[in-house]
Amino acid sequence: MYDSGKIIAGLVIFAGLFTVPFIMNRGTAAPPPKLKIVSKAKACVEDTHYMRTSHMKLLNEWRDDALRDGHRLYINNKGKKIHIGLQITCLKCHSDKADFCDKCHAYADVRPYCWDCHFSPEGRKKWASTEGHF
Amino acid sequence: MDRAALPFVAVIALVITPLIGVGAISLHYLFGVIVPYVAALIFFAGFIMKVVNWGTSPVPFRIPTTCGQQKSLPWFKHSKLENPVTGIQVIGRMFLEVVFFRSLFRNLKPEIRGGPRIVYGPTKWLWFFALMFHWCFFIIFFRHLRLFTEPVPGVVTFVDRIDSMFQICIPPIYLTDLGLLLGITCLFLRRVIVPQVRYLSLPSDYFPLFLIIGIAVTGMLMRYVIRVDIIKVKELALSLAAFSPKVPQGIGVIFYTHLFLVCVLAMYFPFSKLMHLGGVFMSPTRNLANNNRIVRHINPWNPKVKLHPYEEWEDEFRDKLLDAGIPVEKKG
Repeated sequence: MYDSGKIIAGLVIFAGLFTVPFIMNRGTAAPPPKLKIVSKAKACVEDTHYMRTSHMKLLNEWRDDALRDGHRLYINNKGKKIHIGLQITCLKCHSDKADFCDKCHAYADVRPYCWDCHFSPEGRKKWASTEGHF
Repeated sequence: MDRAALPFVAVIALVITPLIGVGAISLHYLFGVIVPYVAALIFFAGFIMKVVNWGTSPVPFRIPTTCGQQKSLPWFKHSKLENPVTGIQVIGRMFLEVVFFRSLFRNLKPEIRGGPRIVYGPTKWLWFFALMFHWCFFIIFFRHLRLFTEPVPGVVTFVDRIDSMFQICIPPIYLTDLGLLLGITCLFLRRVIVPQVRYLSLPSDYFPLFLIIGIAVTGMLMRYVIRVDIIKVKELALSLAAFSPKVPQGIGVIFYTHLFLVCVLAMYFPFSKLMHLGGVFMSPTRNLANNNRIVRHINPWNPKVKLHPYEEWEDEFRDKLLDAGIPVEKKG
Protein backbone atom coordinates (compact mmCIF):
# COMPACT_ATOMS: atom_id res chain seq x y z
CA MET A 1 0.00 0.00 0.00
CA TYR A 2 1.25 3.46 -0.88
CA ASP A 3 0.95 6.38 1.57
CA SER A 4 -0.11 3.75 4.08
CA GLY A 5 0.41 6.03 7.09
CA LYS A 6 -2.13 8.55 5.85
CA ILE A 7 -4.61 5.93 4.65
CA ILE A 8 -4.51 3.97 7.91
CA ALA A 9 -4.92 7.18 9.91
CA GLY A 10 -7.95 8.02 7.75
CA LEU A 11 -9.42 4.56 8.25
CA VAL A 12 -8.93 4.79 12.01
CA ILE A 13 -10.80 8.11 12.04
CA PHE A 14 -13.54 6.57 9.89
CA ALA A 15 -13.91 3.55 12.16
CA GLY A 16 -13.83 5.73 15.26
CA LEU A 17 -16.58 8.04 14.01
CA PHE A 18 -18.85 5.27 12.78
CA THR A 19 -18.53 3.16 15.93
CA VAL A 20 -19.37 5.96 18.37
CA PRO A 21 -22.55 4.13 19.51
CA PHE A 22 -20.56 0.99 20.35
CA ILE A 23 -17.79 2.93 22.06
CA MET A 24 -20.11 5.08 24.13
CA ASN A 25 -22.20 2.20 25.45
CA ARG A 26 -19.19 0.06 26.40
CA GLY A 27 -21.17 -3.15 26.33
CA THR A 28 -23.94 -2.18 28.72
CA ALA A 29 -27.19 -0.66 27.55
CA ALA A 30 -28.76 1.90 29.86
CA PRO A 31 -32.10 0.51 31.07
CA PRO A 32 -35.30 2.05 29.73
CA PRO A 33 -37.15 4.33 32.16
CA LYS A 34 -39.65 2.93 34.64
CA LEU A 35 -42.63 5.17 35.15
CA LYS A 36 -44.56 6.00 38.29
CA ILE A 37 -48.31 6.43 37.93
CA VAL A 38 -50.73 7.21 40.72
CA SER A 39 -53.64 5.22 39.34
CA LYS A 40 -56.86 6.94 40.18
CA ALA A 41 -58.59 6.12 36.92
CA LYS A 42 -58.76 2.58 35.51
CA ALA A 43 -57.65 3.57 32.03
CA CYS A 44 -56.05 6.52 30.33
CA VAL A 45 -57.83 8.73 27.81
CA GLU A 46 -57.15 6.32 24.96
CA ASP A 47 -55.54 2.86 24.86
CA THR A 48 -51.97 2.40 26.08
CA HIS A 49 -50.37 1.98 22.64
CA TYR A 50 -51.97 5.14 21.35
CA MET A 51 -51.01 7.09 24.47
CA ARG A 52 -47.42 5.91 24.30
CA THR A 53 -46.94 6.74 20.65
CA SER A 54 -49.22 9.70 20.08
CA HIS A 55 -50.02 11.47 23.37
CA MET A 56 -48.37 14.60 22.02
CA LYS A 57 -50.83 14.72 19.11
CA LEU A 58 -53.74 14.34 21.52
CA LEU A 59 -52.40 17.06 23.81
CA ASN A 60 -51.89 19.33 20.83
CA GLU A 61 -55.48 18.80 19.70
CA TRP A 62 -56.67 19.37 23.24
CA ARG A 63 -54.82 22.63 23.43
CA ASP A 64 -56.43 23.83 20.19
CA ASP A 65 -59.87 22.63 21.29
CA ALA A 66 -59.70 24.18 24.73
CA LEU A 67 -57.82 27.39 24.11
CA ARG A 68 -58.75 28.30 20.56
CA ASP A 69 -62.25 26.85 20.19
CA GLY A 70 -63.37 26.74 23.82
CA HIS A 71 -64.43 23.08 23.65
CA ARG A 72 -63.71 21.33 26.92
CA LEU A 73 -65.29 17.99 26.12
CA TYR A 74 -63.46 15.07 24.53
CA ILE A 75 -65.16 11.85 23.58
CA ASN A 76 -62.71 8.97 23.39
CA ASN A 77 -62.77 5.84 21.24
CA LYS A 78 -64.97 4.01 23.68
CA GLY A 79 -67.47 6.86 23.78
CA LYS A 80 -66.48 8.03 27.22
CA LYS A 81 -66.72 11.76 27.91
CA ILE A 82 -63.55 13.33 29.26
CA HIS A 83 -62.88 16.87 30.43
CA ILE A 84 -60.12 18.50 28.41
CA GLY A 85 -57.39 19.87 30.64
CA LEU A 86 -53.77 19.01 31.25
CA GLN A 87 -53.62 20.00 34.88
CA ILE A 88 -57.14 18.93 35.78
CA THR A 89 -57.34 15.64 33.85
CA CYS A 90 -53.87 14.32 32.98
CA LEU A 91 -52.01 15.33 36.11
CA LYS A 92 -54.61 13.63 38.33
CA CYS A 93 -52.92 10.29 37.69
CA HIS A 94 -49.63 11.40 36.18
CA SER A 95 -48.99 13.74 39.04
CA ASP A 96 -45.25 13.35 39.26
CA LYS A 97 -43.71 15.22 36.36
CA ALA A 98 -40.15 14.25 37.27
CA ASP A 99 -41.03 10.56 37.58
CA PHE A 100 -43.42 10.37 34.66
CA CYS A 101 -43.04 12.96 31.90
CA ASP A 102 -39.39 13.82 32.28
CA LYS A 103 -38.02 10.29 32.43
CA CYS A 104 -39.12 9.25 28.95
CA HIS A 105 -38.57 12.69 27.50
CA ALA A 106 -34.99 12.69 28.76
CA TYR A 107 -34.47 9.13 27.51
CA ALA A 108 -35.76 10.01 24.03
CA ASP A 109 -34.11 13.43 24.17
CA VAL A 110 -37.24 15.46 23.50
CA ARG A 111 -38.12 18.69 25.27
CA PRO A 112 -41.80 19.48 24.85
CA TYR A 113 -42.87 23.05 25.48
CA CYS A 114 -45.90 22.15 27.65
CA TRP A 115 -44.28 23.71 30.67
CA ASP A 116 -43.67 27.05 29.00
CA CYS A 117 -47.30 27.82 29.96
CA HIS A 118 -48.38 25.12 32.41
CA PHE A 119 -47.21 24.72 35.95
CA SER A 120 -45.97 21.32 36.93
CA PRO A 121 -47.34 20.16 40.27
CA GLU A 122 -43.96 20.67 41.91
CA GLY A 123 -43.64 24.11 40.40
CA ARG A 124 -47.09 24.96 41.69
CA LYS A 125 -46.15 24.03 45.25
CA LYS A 126 -43.01 26.12 45.06
CA TRP A 127 -45.01 29.01 43.67
CA ALA A 128 -47.58 28.70 46.46
CA SER A 129 -44.92 28.63 49.17
CA THR A 130 -43.16 31.74 47.91
CA GLU A 131 -46.37 33.68 47.27
CA GLY A 132 -46.53 35.17 50.73
CA HIS A 133 -43.16 36.76 50.40
CA PHE A 134 -44.07 39.07 47.52
CA MET B 1 -37.15 5.82 -17.94
CA ASP B 2 -36.53 2.15 -18.65
CA ARG B 3 -33.26 2.31 -16.73
CA ALA B 4 -35.08 3.75 -13.72
CA ALA B 5 -37.78 1.08 -13.75
CA LEU B 6 -35.65 -1.80 -12.48
CA PRO B 7 -34.25 0.09 -9.45
CA PHE B 8 -37.74 1.35 -8.67
CA VAL B 9 -39.15 -2.17 -8.64
CA ALA B 10 -36.17 -3.32 -6.55
CA VAL B 11 -36.81 -0.68 -3.89
CA ILE B 12 -40.52 -1.52 -3.82
CA ALA B 13 -39.55 -5.17 -3.28
CA LEU B 14 -37.21 -4.11 -0.46
CA VAL B 15 -40.04 -2.18 1.17
CA ILE B 16 -42.34 -5.19 0.92
CA THR B 17 -39.76 -7.63 2.36
CA PRO B 18 -40.03 -6.48 6.01
CA LEU B 19 -43.75 -5.89 5.63
CA ILE B 20 -44.07 -9.62 5.00
CA GLY B 21 -41.13 -10.72 7.15
CA VAL B 22 -42.20 -8.82 10.26
CA GLY B 23 -45.81 -7.92 9.58
CA ALA B 24 -46.95 -11.34 8.41
CA ILE B 25 -44.52 -13.96 9.74
CA SER B 26 -43.08 -12.14 12.78
CA LEU B 27 -39.36 -12.48 12.11
CA HIS B 28 -38.61 -9.67 14.55
CA TYR B 29 -35.22 -11.04 15.59
CA LEU B 30 -34.07 -11.48 11.99
CA PHE B 31 -35.01 -7.97 10.92
CA GLY B 32 -34.24 -6.29 14.24
CA VAL B 33 -30.92 -7.92 15.14
CA ILE B 34 -29.37 -10.24 12.56
CA VAL B 35 -29.83 -8.08 9.47
CA PRO B 36 -28.50 -4.90 11.19
CA TYR B 37 -25.40 -6.71 12.52
CA VAL B 38 -24.69 -8.33 9.15
CA ALA B 39 -25.18 -4.98 7.45
CA ALA B 40 -22.79 -3.25 9.86
CA LEU B 41 -20.18 -5.97 9.33
CA ILE B 42 -20.44 -5.78 5.53
CA PHE B 43 -20.33 -2.00 5.68
CA PHE B 44 -17.15 -1.81 7.77
CA ALA B 45 -15.32 -4.73 6.12
CA GLY B 46 -16.32 -3.64 2.62
CA PHE B 47 -15.42 -0.02 3.24
CA ILE B 48 -11.98 -0.83 4.64
CA MET B 49 -11.22 -3.39 1.92
CA LYS B 50 -12.20 -0.91 -0.77
CA VAL B 51 -9.98 1.83 0.65
CA VAL B 52 -7.04 -0.55 1.13
CA ASN B 53 -7.53 -1.76 -2.43
CA TRP B 54 -7.39 1.81 -3.69
CA GLY B 55 -4.33 2.36 -1.52
CA THR B 56 -2.42 -0.40 -3.32
CA SER B 57 -2.64 1.51 -6.61
CA PRO B 58 0.65 3.30 -7.17
CA VAL B 59 0.56 7.03 -7.83
CA PRO B 60 3.82 7.50 -9.72
CA PHE B 61 3.50 11.22 -10.25
CA ARG B 62 1.32 14.13 -9.22
CA ILE B 63 -1.90 14.41 -11.22
CA PRO B 64 -3.93 17.14 -9.50
CA THR B 65 -6.49 18.91 -11.64
CA THR B 66 -5.75 22.55 -11.10
CA CYS B 67 -7.48 25.72 -12.15
CA GLY B 68 -5.33 28.50 -10.75
CA GLN B 69 -1.88 30.01 -11.13
CA GLN B 70 0.83 27.49 -10.41
CA LYS B 71 3.58 28.45 -7.97
CA SER B 72 6.11 30.22 -10.13
CA LEU B 73 8.37 33.26 -9.99
CA PRO B 74 7.75 35.50 -6.99
CA TRP B 75 5.89 38.21 -8.91
CA PHE B 76 3.19 35.80 -10.10
CA LYS B 77 0.42 35.55 -7.54
CA HIS B 78 0.24 31.88 -6.58
CA SER B 79 -3.28 30.48 -6.27
CA LYS B 80 -2.76 28.44 -3.09
CA LEU B 81 -6.12 26.68 -2.91
CA GLU B 82 -6.59 25.99 -6.61
CA ASN B 83 -3.01 24.91 -7.18
CA PRO B 84 -1.55 23.73 -3.87
CA VAL B 85 2.11 22.87 -3.49
CA THR B 86 2.35 22.09 0.24
CA GLY B 87 0.51 19.72 2.55
CA ILE B 88 -1.29 22.53 4.37
CA GLN B 89 -2.52 23.99 1.08
CA VAL B 90 -3.78 20.55 0.03
CA ILE B 91 -5.63 20.23 3.34
CA GLY B 92 -7.24 23.62 2.72
CA ARG B 93 -8.27 22.57 -0.76
CA MET B 94 -9.61 19.20 0.43
CA PHE B 95 -11.53 20.83 3.26
CA LEU B 96 -13.34 23.18 0.88
CA GLU B 97 -13.95 20.29 -1.50
CA VAL B 98 -15.37 17.92 1.11
CA VAL B 99 -17.35 20.44 3.12
CA PHE B 100 -18.53 22.90 0.46
CA PHE B 101 -18.18 20.99 -2.86
CA ARG B 102 -15.97 23.69 -4.34
CA SER B 103 -15.46 21.90 -7.65
CA LEU B 104 -19.23 21.59 -8.18
CA PHE B 105 -19.53 25.29 -7.46
CA ARG B 106 -17.38 25.91 -10.50
CA ASN B 107 -19.77 23.97 -12.70
CA LEU B 108 -20.25 25.65 -16.09
CA LYS B 109 -22.83 25.20 -18.79
CA PRO B 110 -22.08 25.91 -22.43
CA GLU B 111 -24.87 27.58 -24.38
CA ILE B 112 -25.15 28.80 -27.94
CA ARG B 113 -26.38 32.37 -27.81
CA GLY B 114 -27.08 34.65 -30.73
CA GLY B 115 -25.50 32.87 -33.65
CA PRO B 116 -22.41 30.70 -33.84
CA ARG B 117 -21.05 31.77 -30.51
CA ILE B 118 -20.72 29.52 -27.49
CA VAL B 119 -21.06 31.08 -24.07
CA TYR B 120 -20.08 29.40 -20.82
CA GLY B 121 -22.29 30.48 -17.96
CA PRO B 122 -22.29 29.37 -14.33
CA THR B 123 -24.87 26.82 -13.20
CA LYS B 124 -25.09 26.67 -9.45
CA TRP B 125 -28.26 24.67 -8.95
CA LEU B 126 -26.58 21.25 -8.99
CA TRP B 127 -24.08 22.51 -6.42
CA PHE B 128 -26.86 24.02 -4.32
CA PHE B 129 -29.13 20.98 -4.18
CA ALA B 130 -26.23 18.53 -3.84
CA LEU B 131 -24.90 20.53 -0.91
CA MET B 132 -28.37 20.74 0.62
CA PHE B 133 -28.91 17.01 0.23
CA HIS B 134 -25.53 15.98 1.66
CA TRP B 135 -25.63 18.33 4.63
CA CYS B 136 -29.20 17.36 5.52
CA PHE B 137 -28.30 13.70 5.23
CA PHE B 138 -25.30 14.20 7.50
CA ILE B 139 -27.28 16.11 10.12
CA ILE B 140 -30.06 13.50 10.08
CA PHE B 141 -27.46 10.75 10.45
CA PHE B 142 -25.87 12.62 13.34
CA ARG B 143 -29.22 13.30 15.03
CA HIS B 144 -29.90 9.56 15.16
CA LEU B 145 -27.20 9.34 17.84
CA ARG B 146 -29.92 10.30 20.33
CA LEU B 147 -31.23 6.77 19.91
CA PHE B 148 -27.83 5.14 20.43
CA THR B 149 -26.51 7.02 23.44
CA GLU B 150 -27.72 7.38 27.01
CA PRO B 151 -27.24 10.03 28.31
CA VAL B 152 -27.45 11.88 25.02
CA PRO B 153 -24.43 14.14 24.38
CA GLY B 154 -25.19 17.85 24.53
CA VAL B 155 -24.07 18.46 20.96
CA VAL B 156 -26.65 15.98 19.62
CA THR B 157 -29.39 17.66 21.63
CA PHE B 158 -28.21 21.04 20.41
CA VAL B 159 -28.35 20.01 16.75
CA ASP B 160 -31.79 18.50 17.35
CA ARG B 161 -33.09 21.74 18.85
CA ILE B 162 -31.73 23.87 16.02
CA ASP B 163 -33.18 21.48 13.47
CA SER B 164 -36.67 21.61 14.99
CA MET B 165 -36.55 25.26 16.05
CA PHE B 166 -39.65 26.41 14.19
CA GLN B 167 -41.84 24.07 16.25
CA ILE B 168 -44.18 23.45 13.35
CA CYS B 169 -46.56 20.56 14.16
CA ILE B 170 -46.22 18.04 16.97
CA PRO B 171 -43.69 16.48 17.02
CA PRO B 172 -41.87 19.46 15.49
CA ILE B 173 -40.85 19.06 11.85
CA TYR B 174 -37.11 18.89 11.27
CA LEU B 175 -35.82 21.34 8.67
CA THR B 176 -33.32 18.74 7.48
CA ASP B 177 -36.15 16.28 6.71
CA LEU B 178 -37.60 18.79 4.28
CA GLY B 179 -34.15 19.74 2.96
CA LEU B 180 -33.26 16.10 2.31
CA LEU B 181 -36.48 15.44 0.41
CA LEU B 182 -36.17 18.64 -1.62
CA GLY B 183 -32.49 18.00 -2.37
CA ILE B 184 -32.89 14.40 -3.44
CA THR B 185 -36.00 15.18 -5.49
CA CYS B 186 -33.99 17.74 -7.44
CA LEU B 187 -31.10 15.31 -7.88
CA PHE B 188 -33.57 12.76 -9.22
CA LEU B 189 -35.35 15.25 -11.50
CA ARG B 190 -31.97 16.30 -12.89
CA ARG B 191 -31.42 12.75 -14.10
CA VAL B 192 -34.86 12.60 -15.66
CA ILE B 193 -35.17 16.08 -17.16
CA VAL B 194 -31.69 17.00 -18.43
CA PRO B 195 -31.32 14.92 -21.65
CA GLN B 196 -27.54 14.52 -21.42
CA VAL B 197 -27.64 13.39 -17.79
CA ARG B 198 -30.57 11.11 -18.53
CA TYR B 199 -28.59 9.48 -21.33
CA LEU B 200 -25.70 8.86 -18.94
CA SER B 201 -27.77 7.59 -16.01
CA LEU B 202 -27.64 3.91 -15.19
CA PRO B 203 -29.71 1.72 -12.87
CA SER B 204 -26.89 2.08 -10.32
CA ASP B 205 -27.54 5.83 -10.35
CA TYR B 206 -31.26 5.50 -9.78
CA PHE B 207 -31.12 2.75 -7.17
CA PRO B 208 -29.45 4.76 -4.37
CA LEU B 209 -31.76 7.68 -5.11
CA PHE B 210 -34.87 5.55 -4.75
CA LEU B 211 -33.43 3.77 -1.72
CA ILE B 212 -32.66 7.04 0.08
CA ILE B 213 -36.08 8.43 -0.86
CA GLY B 214 -37.54 5.25 0.64
CA ILE B 215 -35.53 5.69 3.83
CA ALA B 216 -36.54 9.35 4.13
CA VAL B 217 -40.22 8.64 3.50
CA THR B 218 -40.43 5.72 5.94
CA GLY B 219 -38.54 7.74 8.54
CA MET B 220 -40.82 10.72 8.18
CA LEU B 221 -43.94 8.53 8.17
CA MET B 222 -42.72 6.98 11.40
CA ARG B 223 -42.23 10.36 13.04
CA TYR B 224 -45.21 12.29 11.75
CA VAL B 225 -47.91 9.82 10.66
CA ILE B 226 -47.75 6.11 11.58
CA ARG B 227 -46.15 6.65 14.93
CA VAL B 228 -44.10 4.10 16.88
CA ASP B 229 -43.10 3.85 20.52
CA ILE B 230 -39.77 5.70 20.49
CA ILE B 231 -38.83 4.35 23.94
CA LYS B 232 -38.88 0.78 22.61
CA VAL B 233 -36.98 1.83 19.51
CA LYS B 234 -34.27 3.31 21.67
CA GLU B 235 -34.25 0.21 23.87
CA LEU B 236 -33.55 -1.89 20.77
CA ALA B 237 -30.95 0.55 19.43
CA LEU B 238 -29.09 0.67 22.76
CA SER B 239 -29.15 -3.11 23.12
CA LEU B 240 -27.68 -3.45 19.61
CA ALA B 241 -24.98 -0.90 20.41
CA ALA B 242 -24.13 -2.75 23.64
CA PHE B 243 -23.92 -6.14 21.87
CA SER B 244 -26.69 -7.59 24.04
CA PRO B 245 -29.52 -7.56 21.52
CA LYS B 246 -33.04 -7.65 22.87
CA VAL B 247 -36.08 -6.99 20.70
CA PRO B 248 -38.89 -5.27 22.63
CA GLN B 249 -42.41 -6.34 21.69
CA GLY B 250 -44.73 -4.04 19.85
CA ILE B 251 -42.60 -1.74 17.69
CA GLY B 252 -44.59 -1.04 14.52
CA VAL B 253 -43.74 -2.62 11.16
CA ILE B 254 -42.94 0.82 9.73
CA PHE B 255 -39.86 0.88 11.99
CA TYR B 256 -38.60 -2.42 10.61
CA THR B 257 -39.16 -1.16 7.07
CA HIS B 258 -37.08 1.92 7.78
CA LEU B 259 -34.37 -0.14 9.48
CA PHE B 260 -34.27 -2.71 6.68
CA LEU B 261 -33.85 -0.05 4.00
CA VAL B 262 -31.02 1.51 6.02
CA CYS B 263 -29.38 -1.93 6.34
CA VAL B 264 -29.64 -2.45 2.58
CA LEU B 265 -28.05 0.95 2.03
CA ALA B 266 -25.20 0.04 4.39
CA MET B 267 -24.62 -3.31 2.68
CA TYR B 268 -24.81 -1.77 -0.79
CA PHE B 269 -22.57 1.13 0.17
CA PRO B 270 -19.03 -0.31 -0.22
CA PHE B 271 -19.78 -1.76 -3.66
CA SER B 272 -21.43 1.26 -5.20
CA LYS B 273 -20.94 4.84 -6.29
CA LEU B 274 -21.79 5.80 -2.73
CA MET B 275 -18.18 4.98 -1.87
CA HIS B 276 -17.42 8.53 -2.93
CA LEU B 277 -17.66 9.09 0.84
CA GLY B 278 -14.24 7.47 1.10
CA GLY B 279 -13.25 8.15 -2.48
CA VAL B 280 -13.30 11.92 -2.20
CA PHE B 281 -10.38 11.66 0.22
CA MET B 282 -8.58 9.19 -2.03
CA SER B 283 -8.90 10.98 -5.37
CA PRO B 284 -5.42 11.80 -6.65
CA THR B 285 -6.70 14.68 -8.77
CA ARG B 286 -7.63 16.46 -5.51
CA ASN B 287 -5.39 15.21 -2.74
CA LEU B 288 -1.97 15.62 -4.36
CA ALA B 289 0.16 18.73 -4.21
CA ASN B 290 1.14 20.11 -7.58
CA ASN B 291 4.88 19.84 -6.89
CA ASN B 292 5.93 17.77 -9.90
CA ARG B 293 8.90 20.02 -10.58
CA ILE B 294 9.69 21.01 -6.99
CA VAL B 295 10.13 17.52 -5.49
CA ARG B 296 11.60 14.49 -7.22
CA HIS B 297 8.95 11.77 -7.45
CA ILE B 298 10.23 8.30 -8.11
CA ASN B 299 7.99 5.89 -9.90
CA PRO B 300 7.37 3.07 -7.39
CA TRP B 301 7.18 0.41 -10.09
CA ASN B 302 10.45 1.33 -11.79
CA PRO B 303 12.47 -1.88 -12.34
CA LYS B 304 15.89 -2.15 -10.74
CA VAL B 305 18.34 -1.04 -13.45
CA LYS B 306 21.96 -2.19 -13.30
CA LEU B 307 23.99 1.00 -13.78
CA HIS B 308 27.61 1.32 -14.86
CA PRO B 309 28.68 4.91 -14.15
CA TYR B 310 31.88 6.52 -15.41
CA GLU B 311 33.66 6.19 -12.07
CA GLU B 312 33.28 2.40 -12.15
CA TRP B 313 34.27 2.26 -15.83
CA GLU B 314 37.38 4.26 -15.08
CA ASP B 315 38.24 1.93 -12.15
CA GLU B 316 37.94 -0.99 -14.55
CA PHE B 317 40.21 0.42 -17.27
CA ARG B 318 42.45 2.78 -15.26
CA ASP B 319 45.66 0.85 -15.93
CA LYS B 320 45.07 0.80 -19.66
CA LEU B 321 44.05 4.44 -19.72
CA LEU B 322 47.20 5.46 -17.87
CA ASP B 323 49.40 3.27 -20.11
CA ALA B 324 47.91 4.94 -23.19
CA GLY B 325 48.47 8.39 -21.65
CA ILE B 326 44.77 9.28 -21.53
CA PRO B 327 43.88 11.69 -18.69
CA VAL B 328 41.87 10.16 -15.83
CA GLU B 329 39.84 11.64 -12.98
CA LYS B 330 41.59 9.66 -10.24
CA LYS B 331 45.20 8.66 -10.49
CA GLY B 332 44.56 5.37 -8.68
